[in-house]
This record gives sequence, C-alpha cells and structure tokens, in this order.
Amino acid sequence: MIAFDEMHAADGAVRDSYRSYAEWLQTIPEAVTARKREEADLLFHRIGITFAVYGEDAGTERLIPFDIVPRIIAAQEWQRIEQGLRQRVQALNAFLHDVYHDQEILKAGRIPAPQVLGNSQYRKEMQGVSVAGKIYAHVAGIDLVRAGEGEYYVLEDNLRTPSGVSYMLEDRKMMMRLFPEIFTRMAIAPVEHYPDLLLENLRSVAQQGVANPNVVLLTPGQFNSAYFEHAFLAQQMGIELVEGNDLFVRDDTVFMRTTQGPQRVDVIYRRIDDDFLDPLAFRKDSVLGVPGLFNAYRAGRVTLANAVGTGIADDKAMYIHVPEMIRFYCGEEPILSNVPTWELSKADDRKYVLEHLAELVVKEVHGSGGYGMLVGPTSSKAEIESFRAKILATPGNYIAQPTLSLSTCPTYVENGIAPRHIDLRPYVLSGKEVSMVPGGLTRVALKEGSLVVNSSQGGGTKDTWVLEN
Amino acid sequence: MLSSTADHLYWMARSMERAENTARMLDVTYRLSLLKQTVAEPHHEWRAMLSISGLHEDFEARYDEPSAENVMHFMAQDEKNPGSIYNSISSARENARAIRGAITSEMWEALNHTWLEMRKIHDKGIADDGVSPFFEWVKARSHLSRGIAHGTLLRDDTFRFLRLGTFLERADNTARILDVKYHILLPSLSDVGGAADYYHWGALLRSVSSFESYRKVYRDLITPTRVAELLILRPDMPRSLTACMNEVNRLVQEINGPRSSELVRRSGLLSGELRYGSIDGIFARGLHEYLSDFLERIYELGDLINTTYFWSTDELPAAMFSSLPAAAPSPTMTSSSQMMA
Repeated sequence: MIAFDEMHAADGAVRDSYRSYAEWLQTIPEAVTARKREEADLLFHRIGITFAVYGEDAGTERLIPFDIVPRIIAAQEWQRIEQGLRQRVQALNAFLHDVYHDQEILKAGRIPAPQVLGNSQYRKEMQGVSVAGKIYAHVAGIDLVRAGEGEYYVLEDNLRTPSGVSYMLEDRKMMMRLFPEIFTRMAIAPVEHYPDLLLENLRSVAQQGVANPNVVLLTPGQFNSAYFEHAFLAQQMGIELVEGNDLFVRDDTVFMRTTQGPQRVDVIYRRIDDDFLDPLAFRKDSVLGVPGLFNAYRAGRVTLANAVGTGIADDKAMYIHVPEMIRFYCGEEPILSNVPTWELSKADDRKYVLEHLAELVVKEVHGSGGYGMLVGPTSSKAEIESFRAKILATPGNYIAQPTLSLSTCPTYVENGIAPRHIDLRPYVLSGKEVSMVPGGLTRVALKEGSLVVNSSQGGGTKDTWVLEN
Repeated sequence: MLSSTADHLYWMARSMERAENTARMLDVTYRLSLLKQTVAEPHHEWRAMLSISGLHEDFEARYDEPSAENVMHFMAQDEKNPGSIYNSISSARENARAIRGAITSEMWEALNHTWLEMRKIHDKGIADDGVSPFFEWVKARSHLSRGIAHGTLLRDDTFRFLRLGTFLERADNTARILDVKYHILLPSLSDVGGAADYYHWGALLRSVSSFESYRKVYRDLITPTRVAELLILRPDMPRSLTACMNEVNRLVQEINGPRSSELVRRSGLLSGELRYGSIDGIFARGLHEYLSDFLERIYELGDLINTTYFWSTDELPAAMFSSLPAAAPSPTMTSSSQMMA
C-alpha cells in the first residue's frame, strides 16, 4: 500500500502546491539546512518550549521535535476543509445543546437514547442549564487525515480542552525566523492572529450585560503537560493565567485574588477537565478546581469555555453518529467524511473485527493521546493476541477502523529526507460567529511506517501552509 | 495583579538575591580561612557562618565537621539544604516558570539558562574549576537577571514586586554578613588599624563589593566602626541597610492597596530610624544586639508583605467587597449561605 505523498505524485513529480517551495529548496545548500535545523533545536530549547511527559520521572521535560519541511495545502482544498469544519462544529454544538435540553435527536430516534444518556461522559448536572449563546465547544480541535487526492477524513473531534495550538504558532514563528525569504516568494496565509481571534471569541460569550468582560485562563499548573501552552496563550491574549487557588466564589460570583483585593471574573477559558473543576460538584479530591464554581456557572454568572459536559459529543462511541447530527441539525450532507467504524458492542461488527485484527486499528472508546490502541499491521502476533483478550473482556470499550493509509510528507530523519505519515488538527472557534485561522497543527509520526502522531508517543510537528489564491 | 503572580515575582527575586548573597558569604569566609588563624578553634569561621544562617542543626545532622569543603558543599550544592545556592537558583527558576507570561522572555531565558548551567556545575562539583570562579559565576548570573529586569520590564507592579523581593533579601543578607564577620573579628578589635584589620575587614568589604567605595568615602584606614557605618547607614551604598530599606519603603508606598497601611507604616519607621541613626548610638547599644533586632523586624516585614498582598480567602474581610460593582441579580437562586461555608 503506497501512501499519498503531499509533495510528490506517484511518478515522482512535484505537486503544484509544492512547486515554488521545491524550486526554492533546490537553491539552498545542504549545509545551510543542516545548520538551520540545529538552530531551530537550540532556539526551542532556550525558549523552553517543552512538554512534560506523564509516567516518566516527575518533572521530565522533553522537546517536541520540529521539522523544517512545511506541510502545504492548496487554497481550494482548504476552502472545502473549512466549510466542512464549520458545518461539523455547528452540528456538534447544536447536538450538545439538544442533549442537555429537549433531546429532539433522541426523540426522533436518529441516535439511540441509551448510547447518550447512559454514557459516562453525559453530565446530568448540565440538563436544563443555559449557557451563553448556546455554545458548548468554544474551541474545537478536529483531527483530519488524508488518504488520497481530495480525500480527507475526520479521525476524531476534540471538544474538551484540545491542545497544541501554541505549537502551530511557534512553528510558524520559527519558520519565519529561519527562512524569511520563502515568505516573500510565496503567498502563505497568516496564522499569527489566532490569539486575537480566541480572545474576541471568548469575550463574545460573556454573560449578557457585561460591558468589558474579564477573561482568564485556568490552568492545572506548571506540572501539566500543556502548561507551556497555557502560559503562552494567556500572555498572547494579555489575560491572567490563573490556577484554582487564585479564584474563589462568593454569592455565586467568581472572583480572583489580586494584590488590590478581589476582582470579578466573567469568562474562564479553562484547561482543566470537568472532573477537576469544582470539588463541591465533581471530584471531591480535586485540589486544582474552585469550590462553588459549578453553582456560579449554573446560575449564569460566569462562562466556562469549553462548557461542562462536551465530552458526550467527542466520545468515540458518539463519533459514528456525527454525520447523522449534521443531517439532523443542518439539513445538509456532511462535507467531511467519517472514517468507517465498527462498534465492538455489536455482535456482527465484533465478529468481523476479531477476524481481521491484523488489518485494523482498534481504539478505546474513552482513550486519548494514542494510549491504549492497537495498530494491527505494525503489531506482533503476541500484541494482537493480548489485545484480543482485552476486547473480549469489555467489547463495549472499543471501536475499530480500517488502517487508513495516512498521507506522508517529506521529513528530515537521521539519514536525510524521507516520507513520514502526518495528520492535521485545525482549531475551530465558536462564539457569536465561527472562526479559524487557515491550516492548523500538522503532526508527524517520526518513526518509519508509524501512524501514531501523538507527541506523547514520539511524534513531531511541522508548520502548515495554506496557500492564498 | 494576581496575588499568586506577585508572590512568585517576589520569591523569584528573593531566591536569586539569596543565591548571590550566599555566594558572597561563602567567598568571604573562604578568603578569611586562607588567612592565618586568629583563634585557636579550628573551623571557627565556618561554624560561625552556619550558626548565623540558622542552618547549623541541619548541617550537623548530615556532616561530620564544619570543614571548608563540607560547609561549601552544604551551602553551595546540597540538594537537601533548602538554602543552598543550587536550591535558590532552582527556586528562582521555578517561580519564573510559574509566571513566564508575566515577565519578559529575555528574563525567563536568562534564568532558565542559569538553571541549566547550575545543573551541569552540580554534576561536576563546584570545585571542579576552583570555588572562586563558581562564586563569580553566581554573582554574574544574578547581576544579569537584575540587569535584564531593569532593562526590559515595564515599570509597573511586576517590576515593583521583583525589587521588593531583592531589597528585603539583600537587607537581610547584609545584616547577616556583618553580624557573622563582626562575631569572628571581635577579638582583634583591640588591634585597631593593624595589618590583620586590613585583611579581615578588607575581605568583608570585598565580599559586598564595597572595598573601593570604602576607599573613596573615607580615604583612611579600615576600621570596624567605619565598615559598620558604611554598610548600615550610608544611603548611597547600594547594599547598605539604609539603602535597602529606603527602596523597600518607596516600593510599598508605590504598590499600595486597600490593606497596606500597616506595612507602609512599619517600613517607614524602620527606614526613618536608619536615616536618622548614628553609628555611635548603634555601638553603644551593641552591634550584635542591633543587628539581631533589625533581622527580626525584616522578618516581620516579610510576614506583613505576605498578608497584605498574597492574602488568602480565609482571612477575607467583608470590607474588601464593599468597593466592588454590584453583581447582576442571579437568574436562579442558590443558597448563598451554603456557598460561604
């Protein structure tokens, strides 16, 4: 199975989108690119763009490898992706509002009610709670992969606290620093205004009547793997980066502790999971959250972005229903396709999957970060058999998908340049309007043949260029 | 500004200043120990240094004798000693990391670099290139951090909380350095103006970068009284107690806030006493007694800074809410008494 390569057609010719880039690259001596790669490494280290790794020695900080060959997307192709993303995220927001209110989609029998109401990600506490602008997923990270010419699939929706956007911004900054001349030769859509869009989006969802809303970013703290991003975004937006103990609630109103006394908070861009938000409402042992926050939220006195309970819409068990959501809420056919998916809770699907484990990718329904999955074609017999046992024990915990031949992009590896598999995570902002910057974060699986692009599993990143017409 | 941000800024500056001052203290003790022993008791200087830093118990629990090598290891690179240079730099960097959005990227990069270097030095041992180059390095990195702050930061409360940490820590350290050396050098007081004085007090002056200033100010022999006057009362000496307290006093007035009146009053009192104090008066009372009292008051000021700016909700007076804009009435009712629990 030969993968679609973003830069080269099957006959080796350079594709249109990469033509200017390839011409320019030929004029750059190898010694220069080698030096630029070293420079990038050094800069990322010095700036301290690192992420913490779970499960290794506490406090381990690692650099996410950055690759200097960009991933380039043609203008027309992006237009279609953008339309598809808008449609999908609007449907997902409509779905979230619906399942916590009138549940029309369940009444209409388009999605089996028990799959929603019996799902551990469904938050009964959110039933009947009205959130500003009926927006739940203010920031959505939609993972896309390409299998062939014009053939994009949505791999998964991330609607809780999607991360990675700081790498998108830093990668662009790095490319402009290393290769300023290419940006004058090619028309590359800018992405640097993302923090402005995000701030505008967050301000647009403050409770009504607040003239100058105070927006803060709530982080679990500096030992969280995405802490760099939290600090970075807060700084870029010029808002306070707060931890749970910076906030407190009095009379259903949220305040922050400042050197001048308490100050009211209107919108919280929270990068803490639902479970840890409020020890009075959710996990009692949470030291990261703010006691009383959920009551203030239900009383409509503060906006949380993303809303509580969005996990029901990006759960892998719900993924298969997204095309139906789009038809139901938008009255349109989905522009972006889902990857065909088998549900192991269904006997027929399970039978097929268990017979074809060596060809399929099997994922845990609630898992994330590339943990707890089986990639059949690259796994040993023993690995497959041990996974089979796990599936048989709790089949409802798994879904399976065909091993897509993810597209590849030329990437610097130890012995020069070689194709490596990539995906794409655009960030879609929903508030008064839906907005996004062109492109997103391209992640690359640096191991030869590997399809796992997660940074926690040794993936790297690339700058993503959407060409302007 | 967020109380926690101010807290981190303050401790970031205090920790870096502490690393620098520990290096200065070790440096002067080391220099003194190279001179002819003035007392029969071995390791006298090192013992005195530990006791004035309040760390002798911790030291004795884990080391045999207060030899130069042991004390320098303990004070410079011992990971278990919270006051070691290694841990001070680590703490400065951790505090900076927690608020990297609030400081300039140059500041963060410099501190991060200092920490990465410190870890390398720690692995090799500080004596690898000789201890003096290590002390010089610590001082230089501290100068760099302060210089970058000075050259890049907006003059707002971020800058003020940093400076507050620097000067409070420096006042504490100058008082300690003076106290420990005075204690060691006491026996030679009768020998005023002798060669020993020149070397001993000269070493002390050098450790606080004041040797040249002393010469310029007094143009005379080095005597203990003048050294004490220079380091306590001269407002134009950047490490003197008066200079530090003048800064602290100015900063707390500029930061101000709804609860800072007691802090402003106490720092003003201390700075005023220094400004109008005389060296004869201090010696009449006893220098050690004077410095002990000063250290206690510095400690109390630190406490007051905590409760004034870095307050917790446990001690929240109702009055603090009176100036808040009235919140819009809440659409659904929740018991507010329950929320106050």
